[in-house]
Formats: sequence, structure tokens, C-alpha cells
Amino acid sequence: MSAGSFILNILILGVPFSVALLLAGLGETINQRAGVFNLGCEGIMAMGAFLAFLPPYFLADTPLAGSANLIGLLLAIGAGVLLGLLFALVVVTFRAPQGIAGIGLQMLGWGTAGTLFRKYVGGVTGVAGIAPLPIPGLSRIPILGPILFNHNPLVYLAFLLVPVFWYVLFKTPWGLKVRAVGTYPRAADSLGIPVARVRYQALAVGGAMAGLAGAYLSLAQAKMFADDLIAGRGFIAVALVYFGRWNPVGVLGGALLFSLAQSLQLSIQVAGIDFPYEFAVMLPYALVILVLALVRKSRMAGPAELGRPFDREQRV
Amino acid sequence: MPFEPIRSLELRGITKRFPGILACDHIDLTVGEHSVRALVGENGAGKTTLMNILMGLYQPDEGRILINGREVRFRSPNDAFAHGIGMVHQHFMLVPNMTVAENVALGMKSSHRPGRLDLGSVRKRILEISERHELPVNPDAYVWQLSVGEQQRVELVKTLCLGARFLILDEPTSALTPQETDELIELLKKMSRELSVIFISHKLHEVKALSDTVSILRRGRIVFEGRTEDHSPADLAALMTGHEVALPCVECSDAPRPGGPGLLYVRDLRVRGDRGNRALDGVSLDVYSGEILGLAGVSGNGQRELAETLNGLRKPESGSVRLDGVELGGCGADAVIAAGMGYIPEDRNTEGIVPSFSVRENLVLKDVGTGGWSRAGFLRLGPISRNAATLRESFDIRCPSVDTAAGSLSGGNIQKVILARELSRRPKALVAVYPTRGLDMGAEEFIHKQLLARRAEGAAILLISEELDEIMNLSDRIAVIYKGRILKVVPGREATKRSLGLLMAGVLDE
Repeated sequence: MSAGSFILNILILGVPFSVALLLAGLGETINQRAGVFNLGCEGIMAMGAFLAFLPPYFLADTPLAGSANLIGLLLAIGAGVLLGLLFALVVVTFRAPQGIAGIGLQMLGWGTAGTLFRKYVGGVTGVAGIAPLPIPGLSRIPILGPILFNHNPLVYLAFLLVPVFWYVLFKTPWGLKVRAVGTYPRAADSLGIPVARVRYQALAVGGAMAGLAGAYLSLAQAKMFADDLIAGRGFIAVALVYFGRWNPVGVLGGALLFSLAQSLQLSIQVAGIDFPYEFAVMLPYALVILVLALVRKSRMAGPAELGRPFDREQRV
Repeated sequence: MPFEPIRSLELRGITKRFPGILACDHIDLTVGEHSVRALVGENGAGKTTLMNILMGLYQPDEGRILINGREVRFRSPNDAFAHGIGMVHQHFMLVPNMTVAENVALGMKSSHRPGRLDLGSVRKRILEISERHELPVNPDAYVWQLSVGEQQRVELVKTLCLGARFLILDEPTSALTPQETDELIELLKKMSRELSVIFISHKLHEVKALSDTVSILRRGRIVFEGRTEDHSPADLAALMTGHEVALPCVECSDAPRPGGPGLLYVRDLRVRGDRGNRALDGVSLDVYSGEILGLAGVSGNGQRELAETLNGLRKPESGSVRLDGVELGGCGADAVIAAGMGYIPEDRNTEGIVPSFSVRENLVLKDVGTGGWSRAGFLRLGPISRNAATLRESFDIRCPSVDTAAGSLSGGNIQKVILARELSRRPKALVAVYPTRGLDMGAEEFIHKQLLARRAEGAAILLISEELDEIMNLSDRIAVIYKGRILKVVPGREATKRSLGLLMAGVLDE
């Protein structure tokens, strides 16, 4: 295999790998900009992956088979919204510590999905999933075509959502409110912005995106469900938001960096290059830690009140 | 404007309770059109709570609000804005990582178009307002880039942009330098021709300069109302604190100071600031036993760096600091504390106390490993509690209990906690940085008396302040710092405000 096709393979594989991280990371960006970090992202992704997998699995031979994937996606998004709102109830209304509550949500989602899967589905079974949709014309461009324009529709959607999220965050009234309640909720409150309501909305959006990210894994990437399908991607997504300095474009960069490292290690194994595979598998995770440690710390970029509940009548 | 202009605003029987505190106790207050009403009281008297009720941020437990004789109910600040009431809070309500225009847009609901934030119209409005009221602001600057004085202007512009015709200003001068304060007072005088203003303050010369009528709050109740011009600052101070206030003055002895090195001895100190600039450029000072040396200067001329270096919180590039003959230049804070240095830091909330620790714990923070407060790695809770009870009594620290988190106390009481801790250690020397900034007269009087008492006991005190009255009242000698150098040291009794003011501006010879 030539070096050129080796690198091309890494890129072709890496782009779809980044999608689950990107979708979850965009949602988490909104959460954190509003001042709440949701470690339960992993659990919401597990529920999303499981629920999205059900319609194609059970409706395979029914008249509804054609729209099974769409029903699955909607189920995942709906569950994500509900879990996001549940998290908001716990950390915004009851002001529970966000780290602990997030770990609880992660266990709840992961455990529920796994248990229901074993009870009603059982062994590992594949589904048809979402088929690739090459874009006519563009997918035939040499090199760029296969890298960017020969994927399933969710890949295109995820990349289009990056500028959409950027616009929402920085150019709309809602984005302005989200940023204000995450940085200085007292100021937002003094201007009549309902801090709790904005945080609920942000967590609902974040939950929907995490659910969608889970659905992507089971319907488009793995085309199956298993207990450990998410494999820490929810936590990586939380880390990528810090890495991306709470900016959708930065999160895209982080997701691509991680997924390219992932596809590099797979390619190393597939190509039979003499390199201990344990280290290859470690590579993407080690890279994230390294980059997080080295990334420029700027005090003025992000949500200063990240992780703190807001109480109007509390002094200081 | 959906509502008619406010000709009269009445608060009737407003009562608000917080756990353990009756913040407002049946308060009646009436304010008319085009007038400036000063609302005066000590810290914790209930001024801010009352105004937060008027803004709809707090709901009163009892009482009514009437505008032009009709009862209104404010459930959120939006309701107050709709009636043309706006407030500039003591702690600026500006999001630091957003631009000025974005901060204004946050409250300007007309710029919230579906799917789009109309920053263009916000910018236009800001420029209109800033031109009309001569308040220059740059709508595209980020708030964190602005100085405190500029942020104050942005707050005013923001409030006016939101349509306020009735302005509430909560201690608007507490973070400003004397020059910025004078400018603000002039500006507010002009604005009061078109607007009604409630001006919260405890600085009585500002109240005299600006207000038509004055209401005095003490412990949640209105104790006095009257025309400002009929009463002297001393009358008002007595009404505010409930007793005659006389700020103490130092009595300089004529005995000449001994020559030679002071108890606190500083030579040729060179220190870099946070941005790598040379913040101190060869500072030499002697503070003798039983003396208060006042260090006057506009803040930002090296005072912070000097205080930090003397207390082992910043490493000098070169130079010497000695306390009672012990060399401390470049030593850490632990060595400085052990040598007998006391420190009242500039930022009392973050450097002076651990806000989430109780008053009791904060009072033993400096000696917890050494003194009588621990044995074999365990805290001795009995002596710690007795210490707290004694100091609470002798320093008049007003707190629900010594287990209360120190950060929840008012500024004056936090400062008393710090003072109690530092002075009860019987320091040989004390560095006090802006010790009364933002405090009311009662607390100021108390702190000044304590400093003079320590002076009488032989401590060497370096008093860093911007308030010339404070410096001139307390200092045996006054040094003026300018751009990291000591410009001149003058005897306290020879100093005049004019001569110090010129020195502070860097003018050495008249």
C-alpha cells in the first residue's frame, strides 16, 4: 500500500468517526455556555443509541420499515430532550452539584439502555442502518470527493450544524442570553432575563444533540447496539468543549483531531505495521489529555460561572 | 413608552425578611419628579434590599409600591423598566466577555428580532445616549478591557438606553478614584435636571454635593427625612450611626524621630508588576516604632506591588526589606508572618478572608499550625471558640454567630474580622491597604481608632490610602508615591490637600 492511499484512508475513515463527538460536543457547548456542564452526556448518548436502534430492529419486515430510521432518530432526540430537562430539574431547580448529578445521569442512561437491551433484544444483532448518500458530482472530485462527499446524511448534517451553532451562539438573542447566564447570571437577572428558564432550554438542546449523537453511533457508524458502544465518547465530548474554548469551530477541530488519531491507530493495525497495538489504541486518548494540558488558558473566553448554581437571594 | 412618566413614586410599609435578619422594617419613602433623593445608611442598613424590591428583583413580604398614586406590582426587572425605572448596581452588572453593545442588547428587548440580534440599532442608541449626556463609550469594546471608571459610564449608558427616567444609583462612587468621583458628581448634577434620581451612599460630602432631600436608614428603618441643605454632614453622620461621630486625629509629638533605620526598613526596592513593567523603581522607606507613615498616591502607582512585596507575596528583583533587623526581602509569606508583620490587604474578600470559612476559623487562620490553636495535628476547638467570642465582643463584629460564613457578612464586618485577626497577633509592623474603602463612617471611625491604639503601643504602621482626609488625619509623616518612586516625604502637620494633590500628580516643585 502506498503512503498516499494510507493517508487518504485515514482521512476517509476519520471524518465519519468525528460525527458522534461533534454532535455531542456542539450540544455540550450550549450547556457549558449557559453555565452547566453535563457529564451525563455519555448516558444520554447510550439511551439515544439504544432507542434509535429499536425501530429498525423491530420494524424490519413491516410496512413501516422505510421510515424506521427516521422514527429511531426522533425517538433518540426526544429521549435526549427529556433527559436534559431531568438534569436541569436536578441541577438548576434543586441546585445539586453538577459533577455528581452528571455521573448519576451517565449511570442511569447507560444502565437503563443496557438492561432493556438484554431483556428485549438479547445478543448482538445488526441493523441495516442509514445508507451512505454520495452527493452527485461532488463525490467524484478526486481525493476531496471520497473524504467529504461520500458519507451518510448525518455526516453532512453534523458539519452544517457547526456554522449554525456558531450563529445561534453569537448572533441571536437566545445565544446572547445563554452566554450571559453562563458568565454572569446576576447581570442577566438584573436585566430581567429568566436565568433558570434559559438554562433549562440550553440543557434541552444539549440533551437532544447527545441523543442524536448516540443514534448516529448505532444507526450509522456501528449499525448495531452493544453495552459499550459509546465507549467514553460522551466524556471526550465534554473535554472537547474545553479544548475548543466553548466555540463550535474549536469543537469541530477537537473532534477531527481525536477522530483522525482514532483512524490512524486503526489504519496502523489494519496495515499490519509493526507497532504495539495497545499503544495505538491509547493514542487518541493520550492526545486529548496532552492537548488539554497544553492548550492556551484564556480567562476571558468562557463561561466564568460554569458549574455554579444561581440563587438570586444569596449574598456574595 | 407604554406607561405615563413618573411624577411621584411611593413605597408604603415595605417589609422584607431574610433568614435571621429583618432587612426592611415597614419603610415609607416618597420621591417626586426631577429631584435627587439621597438614601443614606451604614452597611447592612437595608438600602440595597429596598432598591432591589423597587426593581422587582426581590418580592417584599409586606407593603405596596404606588406610582402616581396607583398601585403597581413588579414581578421582575422588566416590569420596573417598563415604568422607566432603572438601577446602576454597586457591583457592576456587566458581562465581562461581551462587548458594550451586547451588554446593552441583553436588556434592550427591541433588538431581539426573530433569529437575529439587531446590534446595529443598539449601537445607534448607545451613541445617541452617550452624546446627549456627554458619556463617551465605545460600543464595540469588550467590558473586561475597560477601567472601573469606564465601566461605570457603561452602566449609566446601559440604564439610560433601557429607557430609564427614574435612576437608582447604588453607591456609584465606591470603586472610583477621587477624580472619577468628582466627574461623576458633576455629571449626575446635570442629569438630574431631566431625571429623578435615588442616590445611595454613605459618603456624606457626596450627599451634600448632589442631593435635594435625604432619607436616613438605620437597621431597616427610616430614622430621618429632610432637606439636605438644612443639615451638616456631622448631623447626618450622627443620625446615620445613632451616635456622634468624630473621626479621630493623630497627635503628633514634637520630639524628633530617631535617625537611623526604622523598625520597618525598606531600601532600594525594585519590583516587577503583573505585566512585566517595573512597578517599584527603587523605593526606600523607614517606618519607626509608634509611628503611622501614610503613603498617598493615585492607585496603580505601585501601592499594590509594595504591599505584596512587604508581605512576601511578590518577589523583589533587588533591594532589602527588614523588620526589626530581620532581613525579609524575597522571603515567603510564612517567614514574614513569623517575623511579626500584620497585613490588611486591599481586596478583603479574596485576600483577607476565606469567604466560605466561618468567622471563627478566619480569626485563627494565620497561626493555626503554631499558636495555641492546634495540638498534635488536631484543632483545639475550645480555645478557638473562646478566641472568637472574645474578639467578636472587643471588635464589635456583627454576625448572627461566629459559625457564620465570613463571606456573607457586610464589608465593614469583614474588615473587622481581618482587623481582629491581625491586631490580636500584636504585630510589630502593620501594612494597611485602603483599610476603609467602601466602608461607612461608623466602621471607619472604629478602624481609625484601632490603628491609633496600635500606634500608641509602639507598632510601625504603613497606611496606604487614596483618601487624603484619612491620610492627613492619621499620619505622623506622609510619603507620596508616583510611578513606582517615593516622590517626597513630608511631616503630617505640614501637609495640605493642595500640596499632596500636586505631588500625587507628579509635580515636585510648585
